[in-house]
Amino acid sequence: MSRFAPNRYRGKLIIVEGIDGSGKSTQLSLLSQWLRSQRLAVSFSEWNSSDMVKGTTRRGKKKQMFTPTTFSLIHATDFADRHERYILPMLKAGAVVCADRYAYTAFARDVARGVSRAWVRNLYSMAIKPNLAFYFRVPLDVALDRILGGRAALKYYEAGMDLDLSQNIVESFRIFQSRILEEYEAMSGEMGFHVIDATQSIETQQQQMRQIVMDRIGAALENDILRSPLEIDRAG
Amino acid sequence: MPANRAPLEFYGHPLPGIDTSELQGKLIVIEGPDVVGRSTQIQQLRFWLEHSGYAVVDTGMARSALTMKGIQDAKNGHTLGPLTMGLFYMTDFADRLENVVIPALRAGFVVLTDRYIFSLIARAAARGQNVRWLEEVAGIALVPHATFYLRAEVDDLAARVVCGPGQFDYWESGMDVPYGKNRCDSFVKYQTKLIEILDGMAGHYNFKIVNAGKKPVLIFRQLQRQITRVLQGVEK
Repeated sequence: MSRFAPNRYRGKLIIVEGIDGSGKSTQLSLLSQWLRSQRLAVSFSEWNSSDMVKGTTRRGKKKQMFTPTTFSLIHATDFADRHERYILPMLKAGAVVCADRYAYTAFARDVARGVSRAWVRNLYSMAIKPNLAFYFRVPLDVALDRILGGRAALKYYEAGMDLDLSQNIVESFRIFQSRILEEYEAMSGEMGFHVIDATQSIETQQQQMRQIVMDRIGAALENDILRSPLEIDRAG
Repeated sequence: MPANRAPLEFYGHPLPGIDTSELQGKLIVIEGPDVVGRSTQIQQLRFWLEHSGYAVVDTGMARSALTMKGIQDAKNGHTLGPLTMGLFYMTDFADRLENVVIPALRAGFVVLTDRYIFSLIARAAARGQNVRWLEEVAGIALVPHATFYLRAEVDDLAARVVCGPGQFDYWESGMDVPYGKNRCDSFVKYQTKLIEILDGMAGHYNFKIVNAGKKPVLIFRQLQRQITRVLQGVEK
C-alpha cells in the first residue's frame, strides 16, 4: 500500500531504483541527456544530497551514531528538504524531474534494517507519486562484482555493518544487499515499477527506458513540459 | 514492585530491539509553549528528586548529539521548510529517545523531559502539516508515566518575553510562516494557535494541566505532589 500524493502539476517525475551496482545512475544520466537534447527543462535530484541535512548525516555516519530509526529519519529529513525546496517547485514550474533513488530506497533499506514497514511507508506518504518508476533488476552476484571490482572500500552503513550481520565487511555487504534486494522484489508489483533487466547491455536498457517514457508520458513531454531557453542550448 | 508494574508502551510502532519490560524507570514529561517556564521547573524538580534519592536524567528538545548542530545551522539559514523542520526535530527526538531516555529507564532512572512529541506535533500543525501523519511518525514514542502541561495565556507569554529576553525570537514568533507582519503580532497569533492545538491534545494524550499563571513556587509544589504520586505508583 503506497499512499503518495498524486502529481497534479505540469511537470513529470521520473525515478530510478535498484541495489548498488544495478547501473541505475548511469541509465538515469543517459535518459536525462536524451530529454535535454529535446530541449526539455530537466532537473535532477539525488538521494541524500540536501545541503541543509547532509552535514548531520555525514557526522552521524562518521561517528557511527545511527540506529535504524534515526538513520531512517535523517534520510527522510533530507528527502523532505529536497522535496519541499526543489522537487515540488520544479514540478510546479513544469520540469521533468529525474530522481536517482526515491522513497522506495527507504522502503527497502530501512525495512532491511528492521524498521517497521508500515511506519516507514507512512513516513514518506508526503511524497509526490512518481509518473514513472524504473527498477533495475540485477542478480546479487552481478551487482557485487560491479561494486567490489570498481572501487576501493565499502562504507560502514552501506555494508550494513551496524546490524552485526558479519565481522567481514564484504560478507556483511552481501547479506545486507540480499535483504534489500528481497524488499525491492517484494514491493515491485505493488509499486508499479517498470522493471528493466539490468544484465542487458547499457544501450539496450536505455532503449527500453526511452520507449517506456515515450509510451507513458510522450504526449505530456510534447505538450506540457517547460522548454529550456535557446541561449543555453549548446547542442543547437 | 517491578513484578506487577505494567510495562511502558509505545504509542504505535515499537522501536526495533527494545524490550519494554526491562524499562524500570519513570518517564515524566513537562510540556508547554515557549517561555512558559518549563526549564526552571525541571531544574528544581531534578534537585528535589536527587535530594530524595532518585537518580535523574533530564533531556529536552533539540539537545540530541546527532542533530543539535544541524538544526541550529538550519534555523540560522531561515530556509528551513515546515516538513523538513518536523522531521529534523523527529530525528532529534528519536536520537534522544534511543540513546538517552531508554538507557536511563533501563537503569531505573527518573527521566524528566523538557517537551516531548506534543510540542513537535503542535509546531508542525501550526505550519499546516498533516497532524495524523506526524502522529504516526511519532508512534515510536513511549507513552510517558505522566505529562504535565504548563498552560498559560498568550498575554502572559508575551509579558515573559518582554520582561525576559526583551525580544521576540524569529521561530518562537512563527515568522517563517509568518503569522503576522511583525514579530509581536506574529508571536501573539502563533502562540495562540499553539495553545489551541496543545489544548486540543490534552484529553487524548492524558495531559495533567498545570496553570502556569500561578507563582513558580506554587507550580513547583503542585508538580512535586503529583510526581510523588506517580513515583509511588498511585497514578499511572
